[in-house]
Amino acid sequence: MNQFIGWISQSWPWYVAGPMIGLTVPALLILGNKAFGISSSLRHICAACIPAGIPFFTYDWKKEIWNLLFVLGTAVGGFIAMNFLANPETIVIADATQEDLKALGLTNFSDLMPLEIFNWDIAFTGKGILFFVIGGFLVGFGTRYAGGCTSGHAIMGISSLQWPSLVATIFFMVGGFFMTHVLLAPLMRLVGF
Amino acid sequence: MSNTTDKMGSIADPNCVAPNSSTTKDRGLALLKYVLIGTVFGIVFVKAEIISWFRIQEMFRLQSFHMFGVIGSAIVTGIISIQLIKRFNIKSIQGEAIVIPTKEFKIGQVIGGFIFGLGWAITGACPGPLFAQIGSGYTVVLVTLVAALAGTWVYGRFEKYFPN
Repeated sequence: MNQFIGWISQSWPWYVAGPMIGLTVPALLILGNKAFGISSSLRHICAACIPAGIPFFTYDWKKEIWNLLFVLGTAVGGFIAMNFLANPETIVIADATQEDLKALGLTNFSDLMPLEIFNWDIAFTGKGILFFVIGGFLVGFGTRYAGGCTSGHAIMGISSLQWPSLVATIFFMVGGFFMTHVLLAPLMRLVGF
Repeated sequence: MSNTTDKMGSIADPNCVAPNSSTTKDRGLALLKYVLIGTVFGIVFVKAEIISWFRIQEMFRLQSFHMFGVIGSAIVTGIISIQLIKRFNIKSIQGEAIVIPTKEFKIGQVIGGFIFGLGWAITGACPGPLFAQIGSGYTVVLVTLVAALAGTWVYGRFEKYFPN
């Protein structure tokens, strides 16, 4: 058992993780006739908590409770993986990426996340406003406007061979490249990195 | 976007990519399976370091194949699975014909997609990893989640002003 835990505690290669994520599509279809998609959970939470009479949020969200249970499970999975299956080795980040990020002012590459950014001390400073508030807002707004995220469009949509989802995925990537290569450096300087 | 008519008519606007096509209502323990699938999904996200902000930076800087491999092989697995479901006319365990929602092209996929991409590169997370990051103990990502809810809400509130 300990050997098994040791074995799965290493970081998993893409050819294990990708197919497992892909299998979520038939799992949800066969076990419940549900189409894979995660950003919908954000809409259901709005519908449940602050519908405010807005037509977009006025529907029977309770019927979509499966989607909220799925994301609850995702958080539980994160907890299990981090507390019981944690990788004893330090994350290996590409040298070129480390160099690029050092130029942006990051110095700590020992964790899954840059700890200079992902900590409560900066949450309500300019840095936190950029990385959490603005970043999060763009994710929530953009996914809803696009009608889906990486799971609903890139995985579910392209898997069912629908070209609008391919278009959406291409623009996810275009947005990401534009932020990374054009906007990120000046924005990080602006907030004090 | 889906133009699938929801049989139960529960979502007023079908602008939802994960519509519930099931006509059978899951109750009680039957709902637990969604928690379990989500749990496996969350474990994969952490173990393959998909929740890592650094991995997303590597992807957008084209400095590692990892994330392209993950997304690419997930899509290939999904395509094969859906083809098998169609070819063999596999039914859901409730005995229903499986419904694959149709996505209709809208300009939102271009504009909204671009906006989401901007956010993805800042936060290092699409919506799935957000939940896994919080569960893994990066609790400050709760701020990101609240902001994402605010973004979703603002879209819903002012939906009619955005071209689509």
